Amino acid sequence: MTIYNHMVVDQIDGATADQLMHALADATRRDIIRRSIAGRHSVSALARHYPISTTAVQKHVAVLEQAGLVSRHKVGREQRVRTEIAGVRAASSVLDDLEALWRARIDQIDDLLAEPDRAQP
Amino acid sequence: MPLTDVHKDLDALTMTITAELDVPVERAWQLFADPRQLERWWGPPTYPATVHAHDLVPGGRVHYSMTGPEGDTHHGYWDVLTVDAPYGFQIEDGFADESAVPDDDLPSSRMTVRLDPRDGGGTRMSIISTFATAESMAEMLQMGVEEGFKAALGQIDEVLAASR
Repeated sequence: MTIYNHMVVDQIDGATADQLMHALADATRRDIIRRSIAGRHSVSALARHYPISTTAVQKHVAVLEQAGLVSRHKVGREQRVRTEIAGVRAASSVLDDLEALWRARIDQIDDLLAEPDRAQP
Repeated sequence: MPLTDVHKDLDALTMTITAELDVPVERAWQLFADPRQLERWWGPPTYPATVHAHDLVPGGRVHYSMTGPEGDTHHGYWDVLTVDAPYGFQIEDGFADESAVPDDDLPSSRMTVRLDPRDGGGTRMSIISTFATAESMAEMLQMGVEEGFKAALGQIDEVLAASR
């Protein structure tokens, strides 16, 4: 459990958290995030990558947009989808915190195991 | 540096950490089974841990606290689910008050520890962290968002400082 959790736990906003979690827990939506980093694709262009209808992709994009993970921009007559890097980074920082904690722990385990074994003379 | 792999699975909401230790399984087991050894590595360097109670048997409880640089103390507990000494165990890890009473308002996570013998006498240690409920993951994600905002504000400060 990360120490960090104690510090900010008072600031939880349940609605936003649920949206973020729901948005990320789907492989197609994560793929849309990945493909939209450069912001060059419209929804219909994105839809060509998946075996689902454009309407279904539209719904996925709407879920991502509500969670702050992508935004839509008008370019000419086209609506293009662009990944909101800050949103994605924020969501992944939770697991990064846990990874950092375990890296620190394993460094300490390493030091502990390097000491002479006091149990055996 | 014995850490060999970190694997994050967003579908299953798990993270698996694998480390190769150059000691036999029985020695690696003591890292968890001996409270004096556990408290030397469980807390991050800036938050050293103290283990107050340690009953690493199925149905048992481990109670620990970690103290930060400003004297702030945070209590946590393990509810021990299964034990397969010296090859591993499974616990529920959560926050508690100073009497080790779990705080159900804060997120808990499940941790599975596996200690497998390696050829040549060492140990492969696998730690699998699973968010107990969707709500736990949601709360932690929300904390990540707060952190993201703080990082973004920090960057704005830098930009403003550079443009002076």
